Formats: sequence, structure tokens, C-alpha cells
Amino acid sequence: MDYLTIVFVTASALRLAVPLIFAAMGGLYAEKSGVIDIGLEGKMLFGAFAAGACATAFGSSAAGLAGAIAAGILLALAQAFASIHLRGNQLVIGIAINIIASGLTAFLGIAWYQRGGQTPQLDTHERFLPIILPGADAISNVPIIGPLYAQIISGQTVFVYGAFLLAIITWLVIYRTRFGLRLQACGDKPEAVETAGVSVFVTRYIAFTINGALCGIGGAYFALVQGGAFYKDMTAGQGYMALAAVIFGNWRPGRVLAACLLFAFADAAQGRMQGAMIGDFAIPTQLIQALPYVLTLLLLAGIVGRAEGPLEAGRPYIKGER
Amino acid sequence: MRNHASGTIAAIVATLINIAAAFLIGALLIVAVGENPLKAFGVVWTGAFGSLKGFSFTLYYATNFIFTGLAVAVAAHAREYNIGGEGQANVSGLGVFLVGAMLPFLPWPVAIVLGIVAGMTFGAAWAFVPAYMSARRGSNLVVTTIMFNFLASLLMIYLIVNFLRPTTSMIPASGALADNLSLPRMDRFLLTLGINIHENPLNITFLVALLVCVAVTFLIWHTRWGYELRAVGENRDAAAYAGVHVPRVVIQAICLSGALAGMVGLNEVFGVQHRLILDFALGYGFTGVAVALIGNNHPLGIIPAAILFGALYQGGASMAFMFPKISREVVVVLQGLVILFAGGFVAVLRPYLTEQFDHFFTRKVA
Amino acid sequence: MSAIQNERELQDNSYAVEFRGVTKKFGSVVANDDVTFGVRKGTIHGIIGENGAGKSTLMSILFGLYHPEQGEILLSGALSKIKTPSTAIRAGIGMVHQHFMLVERMTALQNVVLGTEEGYWLKGGTGNVASKVKEIQNRYGLHFPLDAVTRDLPVGVQQRIEILKALYRGADVLILDEPTGVLTPGEVQDLFRVFQDLRAQGKTVILITHKLQEILSITDSVTVLRQGKSVGTYATAETDRMMLATLMVGRRPNAPPQAREPRRSDIRVEVSNLGVKDNLSIQRVFDLSFQIHAGEVLGVAGVAGNGQSELLSALAGLSPPSTGKIRLGNVEILPDHPTQPETIRKNGVGHVPEDRHRLGMMKRWTAAENSILGLHRSDRIEGVGKRIKPSKVGNWCRDLMTKHDVRPANPDLRFGLFSGGNQQKLVIGREIALSPDVLLIGQPTRGVDIGAIENIHAALLAERDRGKSVLLVSVELEEVLALSDRILVMFEGRSMGIVDRADADEKLLGLMMAGLPLADALNEKKVTVQ
Repeated sequence: MDYLTIVFVTASALRLAVPLIFAAMGGLYAEKSGVIDIGLEGKMLFGAFAAGACATAFGSSAAGLAGAIAAGILLALAQAFASIHLRGNQLVIGIAINIIASGLTAFLGIAWYQRGGQTPQLDTHERFLPIILPGADAISNVPIIGPLYAQIISGQTVFVYGAFLLAIITWLVIYRTRFGLRLQACGDKPEAVETAGVSVFVTRYIAFTINGALCGIGGAYFALVQGGAFYKDMTAGQGYMALAAVIFGNWRPGRVLAACLLFAFADAAQGRMQGAMIGDFAIPTQLIQALPYVLTLLLLAGIVGRAEGPLEAGRPYIKGER
Repeated sequence: MRNHASGTIAAIVATLINIAAAFLIGALLIVAVGENPLKAFGVVWTGAFGSLKGFSFTLYYATNFIFTGLAVAVAAHAREYNIGGEGQANVSGLGVFLVGAMLPFLPWPVAIVLGIVAGMTFGAAWAFVPAYMSARRGSNLVVTTIMFNFLASLLMIYLIVNFLRPTTSMIPASGALADNLSLPRMDRFLLTLGINIHENPLNITFLVALLVCVAVTFLIWHTRWGYELRAVGENRDAAAYAGVHVPRVVIQAICLSGALAGMVGLNEVFGVQHRLILDFALGYGFTGVAVALIGNNHPLGIIPAAILFGALYQGGASMAFMFPKISREVVVVLQGLVILFAGGFVAVLRPYLTEQFDHFFTRKVA
Repeated sequence: MSAIQNERELQDNSYAVEFRGVTKKFGSVVANDDVTFGVRKGTIHGIIGENGAGKSTLMSILFGLYHPEQGEILLSGALSKIKTPSTAIRAGIGMVHQHFMLVERMTALQNVVLGTEEGYWLKGGTGNVASKVKEIQNRYGLHFPLDAVTRDLPVGVQQRIEILKALYRGADVLILDEPTGVLTPGEVQDLFRVFQDLRAQGKTVILITHKLQEILSITDSVTVLRQGKSVGTYATAETDRMMLATLMVGRRPNAPPQAREPRRSDIRVEVSNLGVKDNLSIQRVFDLSFQIHAGEVLGVAGVAGNGQSELLSALAGLSPPSTGKIRLGNVEILPDHPTQPETIRKNGVGHVPEDRHRLGMMKRWTAAENSILGLHRSDRIEGVGKRIKPSKVGNWCRDLMTKHDVRPANPDLRFGLFSGGNQQKLVIGREIALSPDVLLIGQPTRGVDIGAIENIHAALLAERDRGKSVLLVSVELEEVLALSDRILVMFEGRSMGIVDRADADEKLLGLMMAGLPLADALNEKKVTVQ
């Protein structure tokens, strides 16, 4: 790969990383609070649909984004209610969320728009467009720095910058605020939080509200930026990939961000790797596509590092039971 | 005695409430798009049960759901959630196909036996790594099996596109298997009796599924291994204390689970498609979760639950055909709702109902 | 406000906490039944009762974790509604739970400030409060490193964090639930000194315990609970051991049965230089050696958490030894040759675990299914083998129930519905059913009603008389003295020596449990007697 190819792949990787980062950071809040979240995929899909539908209905990209956030929060709160109040099996509920979102978005899409589940194509003012930073054109021909600035730093949508900002904010919230302290304690020992006079339920609901909003934004990105409309099952497993990133990032914001970028880079590079050979062996693109899952499995198996998730994740908390 | 009765009745009542609630929301959705839900569900009913042909399709779908439902149930008895049924089934299709492709001369009675062996072996093998990771490393089986579903899909794309696809074809599927391998089908059997129900995929694998239900019932409740399996599910520390080799039983249970999901490969490859199609088991693993939850992880519950979902798949197609505004996906929503309610309410509703029935019975006795 | 009114208020206020007719039910079980008593300000008040007498439930109500069906609680004379732990904390109540409420991966300081961080942003992850915490540390002598990760600190220190946590939240009334169960005698003395400091500063301490000695040595007043009811409140000075014991139990405790001449013959169990690590790889048992003859009960005494559980676990094959050797009849257990529980059971070892609910039974299964737990691989029971025949298993269970007086004698009943005593009788019956040569038994009467205790003790002695070797682990000193032929005392994972029953008494064992080896303990005892 030459330099320009690397620049293009990197720029493309940044764009692919956006939904992963939003969903993974959302998943991080839920998991840190002690609830396993398999439902990232469903909430993103629901958000993508709401984004497409609202942007069309109100003719504005902001409405699309707001709709996506609202939809993500709605589904997240349903999930939270079943997981937290009703003490259901968090894994089963997460799976249910994904299936419901997949069915409901297709069902409503077909019923409302009669285009096989697709929402109408969005106009430019209903979408988010890349922001060209000043001088990008002027220096694009300068060697090395030119393409770097024009392709990677400039020419991205607000979501890309937002994703990185989100990672920083998440780090600050988790490690530098009292909410973060309580959040982590909820995940490790909810009884300690409750006896310290802080409600475990409230903390977890707040975590899920954030989670839903972030998944919604991640989903909106698909419809408002990538696709220019909602398509049936358009998240295509990226929510599961985000879950993998949370695990591979060992539940730490910085590493989760790195995992998202790595996975996105693999995704961006696989198109360029078509027909690449090692000796006489053609590297199948599927092998590169499998990389994120394989890496995550290796971490879970303890072959690369040790998984250090929240200790109580998955166990419903029952007030008063010690 | 009364405690068992209460528990069972509570489970059944909770399940019925759960299904009713899911259907109610489904009905509201149909109202929301401006159709009459009673009419729509009426079409589902006639589509699924109204004709011999429709009913045969219902049972064909149910065959697959019995296998994936049993798969989820067996692992659930060890308190493990195998949602990798889809991947295990897809990979098992490869095993069944290879038997057919390498031994094209086999008569079907031999082919079915080898197909079962191959399907179960490939399914179990695909479940082994997640099983081992769960038992030995404590990895979350749900997460690992999701990853393995994706890996299965990628593996099958690679194999089918690069090796199994006829060079002239653009469809991601293998070439056709020899005709003599096809399993006996219900439509042809009925035709010999003079009844014509048109082309129909229901085949002898449905009877195999019922036999497997009997075998699984016996295994779980009447054998030492089943006792140990349930012990592991109930309390792992106590199981270890009782001399149960817990990791071994967990691995065996998950592999058996994968093997049961692998039976889907037999139904699809030898029974219906006669070739290997990409992602032929798409969504079956999740349906298996719903079936096992509704069936309370017992084959006696899994059979009706599988028929329920078979009917929804089949009748849902009729409904989508009749009402342009309603799509088959409403079935997917129902499935998701059933899983949500079963997973979400079980901790609250079932104990409550058990207690209520306990009271009811004690009052009667006293 | 008139002076008279003031004075009356003062009188009312002399109680820090007052319970009036508090009743709490869990389903059909009455945990607290019309409990009425008061705790005076600035005192150390003991609440004593057997396991299951309702002590912890009552304190959980005071701390807002449970809500009573009836009755009221007055704090400093004012009626108060305590709905959640946070209202309790605001009302000046602090609680140190039996199982610590500490997040183990966080630092000591983070644990202290959790929930009272003062401001949204934290400096360095722990808030702006280090100086305030240090001041409290100095005032009450509660020293520990603030930046240490909690899980790396010993339990005694973790308990200090808990106490400081409560004080930092402004607790005037401090409840401690069985605080000494996990402490060494030295740590207990430190803790009691903290209590005295607290009292000197005007705080009220409520000590929940089932140990008479603690009530007598530290409290000012004591309330006795029995089967959920408050039996009475007394100034501690006016009570004595016998009186409290009688009040707790409801009748005079039986005199311990007479020790008999041990019948010594061949050695069945031989443990040499045994070391055991727990599942976090922390060494719990060090260099332990002993033997048990046929027809002998070896008692293992010690404060809970001094390696007895790990010893039992190693003998039962549940955790491999890290060093040394175990021989049980024909089986050898070695570090590089760990043996599965299955093999050990096959070779004639029965095991009644310390924690029945965690290890010994399946709560949601029927009694019948529980009656073959661990025996399900034996071919000596009809209906059990590669195939298991439920009806035959029911018959087997019914026989066991009749033989061991398990009530109700219904094999189809969910096992969790039986009382603790009846569960334990079936578990013991099951473990001796196939007549093992060696019986390992931990806390045989924990959570067991008084009626069943005699039954269980008789069954154990009968096993001994049949020539079995019994290893008995118990934290109840009286039980160890009543049943053992010889007594091994463990302290911090090491043996403090083995005493013949005839030479043992509570004083000597107490000294050994506090960490004095046998020889030193004998000297010490002589000195104090003189």
C-alpha cells in the first residue's frame, strides 16, 4: 500500500468507526453499571429507522437526529425496565430487543413507505454532510501533510469529531466524576452502593438513558450520513461488533476506542486487500472480516490479556438481599 | 406434591399470559397500519392450519424449530444460553452436504443415518470452542456464540463461493445433490394414497424430530447424565461437591446442544434443498430461543411452541400476501416480544403465580 | 419554650433508638414479632440471640433495607420513617454489615467517599475529602492506607474502612452485625477499643452477636432476642453467662455429654504437611499434619476463617492441596495428583459440608432428588445407575426419612421448604447411608433448630461407635468439646496443637484459638490460674 492508499483507508476507517464508537461507549455505560447489553444492535437499528423517518417527516437532519436519540432512549428504557425492575435475564432481554427492532423497523418501514422496508431517499438538507476545514483544498497538493489534512482531518462529518469527543468525555465521566464512581461500584458491588445511600436502580436507569441516546446517535449515522435513507437491517451486525469492542477494549474507554478504530480499520482495509497474496495463497477477505471476532474471542479465552469486566454484570440486583 | 403442581401450572399460565400479551401488541401494530387484526390473524390461522398444504408447511418449519428449541433447552438445563444455533446449523449443513457429495450413490435410508451423524458432528464441533471457553475460561456463552454465528457465516461464504459453487452460477449455493439422496416427502407419500397437496417440503425429518424429543426427555430426566446436567444447572458448587465433573458436563451439554441444532442441516439439505445454500438457517437460532422459553425447556412444551412458530412463519406469509400493508416481519416482532416477556417476566410473574397456586391448593386441602 | 417541656424532651431523648412493637414477616415466616426495646444514647448495646432469632432482620429494618409490617421506630424520641438506607444515613445511623459493603477493586478512600462525594467532579478520582477522612482516622484511631486497593487489605482493616465509612457519613448510632466472626482475637481487642473510643465521644454502638463472651466483656446493656421476639433488655452488669444462655435458648442448655475412653485402632486418615490455597491463590492452610484413627472424632476448633473451610475442602477433593499429602483410607491426594470428589466418595468418604445451602443440597429439587446427590454414581442403590428410576429413588428417600426422622416424610416435596434441621438430618442421613469409613462434617448444627441438634449429635456419636473416623469442624466451641475425642486448634491456617478431650477446656482452647501454640497456652493458663 502506498501512502495515499493508507490515507484513504484511514479516512474511510474513521467514518466506519463512528457507529462503533457511539454504540460501544453506550454499551460501556450499561455494562459498567452491571447490566450486560446484548441489545446495542437493536437500539442502533431502531435509531437508524427513526432518523430516516423523522428526517423525511420533518425535512431536517436535526429532527432525524433527535428522533433517533428519542427512539434509542425509548428502547433502552424498555430494556432497562425488564432487566432492572423485573429482574429478567439480561442476555435474553438483549436478544429480544434486537429481534423486536429488526422486525418492527421492517414492519413499519414496509407499511409506511411501501419500498420494501426502505425510507425515502433524503435530500442534502436532511442529511449531515462532511465539513471542509479552511484551507483543505489549498494544501491538498502539498506532499504528506496535504492529503492527511484534506482527507483525514478535514472532510469529515460532525459525527466523526463527536465520536472522539465522546470517548474523552466518557473517560472523564467514568474516572473523574462521582457518577462514574457510583457507576463502577454498581457494576462491582451494588449492595455497597445501596448501603451508601445511592439508588442502584436510579444509577442504572441513568446509564441506560445515556446508552440509548448514544446507540440512537450511532444508528442515526447510518441513515443520515452513510445510507442517505434507512434500509432494512442496515446496521448489519455493527452493534454486535461494538459489543465485541467493549469486551476487546476490556471495559476501559481508551481501549474501547482503540478497539473500535482497529475493527473499523480492518473493515476499511478489506476492500483494498482483495486479491492480496501471501506467497501462492490468496488472502480471503472473509479472513479480514473475521478478525474483530477472532480477536475478541482470543481475549475472552485469556489468550491475549485477561477480560476484566464488571464483576456483577448479568446478575439482577434485588433490593435488601445481601 | 402440590408444589410440583403449582410450579407446572404457574409455568403454563405464565406462558399463556406471555403469548397473549405478545399477540395483543401485535394486534395493536396491525391496527396502527390501518388493518383489522382479527381478519389478519384469521388469515394466519387459515394459512397455517386451513389446508393440508399449509399445515404441512407449518410442520416443516416446526421441524427446524424443534431442533433449535431442543438445542437451546439442553444447554439451558446446565444454565448456559446457546444462541449459536444458527451458526451450528449452517455449519452442519456443510457436513450433511459433504456426505451427499462424496457418497452420491447412497440410498436414502443409509443417507439419513449418515446425514444425522454428519450434521450432529459438525454442529457439535462448531459448538465446541464456545463450550470449552465457557466451561474452562468462564467466557459468556451468549457473546461467544454470537461471534461464532458471524464466523460460521463468513466461513460458509468462503467455502461456497470459492469451492462449492458451480462455476457457471452466480447464486451463493452449491450444485444439486443426487436425487436418490432425497428423503421421503409427505406430498409424494400422500400422492400414492391419491391425495394431491402440491409441492411441499415436509419430509420424514419431522418424525425424526419427534423421536429426538423422546430421546431428549429420557436423557434429561431418566439418566445419570441428565441428573448431573440438571445438577450443574441448579447449583454448580453443589454439583462439584456431589462428584460431578462440572466443566466436562458443561462442555458435553453445549456440544449436544450444537449437535441438536445441527439436525436442521439434515432437514434442509437432504430433506428440502438438496444442495447447500448460504445462510439457510438465518434466524433459526433466535427462534429456537423463543421456542425453548415458551416450551419451558421441556420437549412436551417445545413441540407445541415449535408448531406455534411454524404456524406464524407459514401463516405470516399468507397474511403478507393478502394484506399489502402487513409484512411477514410482524412475526419477527411477535417472536421478539415473546422472548422479551418470557425473559423479562419470569423472575417476577412465575414465582408470584406459584405462590398464588400454592395458596389456592392449600386452601382447598384445608 | 418552658423549662419543664425541655426536661421532658431530654428524658425522651435519652434513647437513641427505640423499637415499639416492630413486626416483620417474610411470607409465612415471622422474622420479628412485636419487638420492643430502647437503646440509650452513648452506650454500647448488645443484641444477642441464636442464628435465626431475627437480629439481622431487625437491624436491616433500622437501616431501611426492610420495611416492617407493624410497629414504629423512634430516633432520639422522634417517630421516624426510615424508608431507604439513605434516609437512615441522614438520620445518623451507620451500619457495618456482616459481609462488607466494599467495592474490592476500589481504593479505601474511594470506598469511604462513595455516595458522599461532595461535588460532581472528583479530584484524582476520590473527591476533595482526604483531609476530612484523615481527621476522623486520627480521632478514632482507625488507621489504614487511604490509597490501597481494598481487596489487598486484611479483613480487620476492611472492617475499619466500614466503620470509618459510617462515621464519615455522620453516624451517631453505629450498628455492627456479627463483627467478630472473621477477626482474630487480637483484632477483636482492637475493635473493642474502637468501641470504647466511640462511646467516649458520645456515639451509640449496637453490637449484634451470638457470642455470650462478647456481650459480657464489652456491652453496657443487652437485649435478648429469641425466635423473633424480644425476651428482655438488661444492664449487662446484672446478667451472667448462664442467665443469657437460658434466655437465648429458652431452657438451660444441656450439660455436654461425658467424654469416653477413645477406642484407638488403625489410622484411617493421615494428613502430612498439608498446604492449601484458595481460589484466589492465597495460601490458607500451612503445613498441617494430623491423623484420625478408626472410631475417633477429631474436632477442629478455631475462629471462623482460619483455614478450616479450606482444610475440609481439600480433604473432600474440592480443592487440590498445594503441598503435602492426604491419605483417606486407600486414596491419596497429592498436589501433582489431585483427586476428584467422585473418586474420594467411591473410596468410602462421606462429607457433610459446612455451607449446606451452597454445597450440600439443591433447594428447588425434591427431597427424593436430593437424597441421591453424590450417591448418584453408586451402584448400591436400587434405581440409581446409568439410568435413574424416579419411583425407586422415591422409595430410597422415604426409607432415609423414616430412619432419620425427617419431617414431613414426603420425598416429592421441594427441599427448600423443609426446615434447616430436617434438611440437615436428610443430608447427614444421605452421607452416612452407604456406611463410609471416613465422615467429614462441617458446622453440623448451623442453622438448625434446637430440637434437631441432639438428634444430629447422637447420629455423629453413633457413627464413631461404629468404628468410623470422623473429622468435625465447628466454630461452636461447646459442640467441639461435646463430641470430640481429640481437638485440633487452627489459627491463621496453622495448627496450634492437638489436645486430648480430657485435657481440654474452654480457657485453653480459647488461648490456642487466639494464636498461642499448645505449650505456650498451657504456660499462659498456669500463670493466669496462679
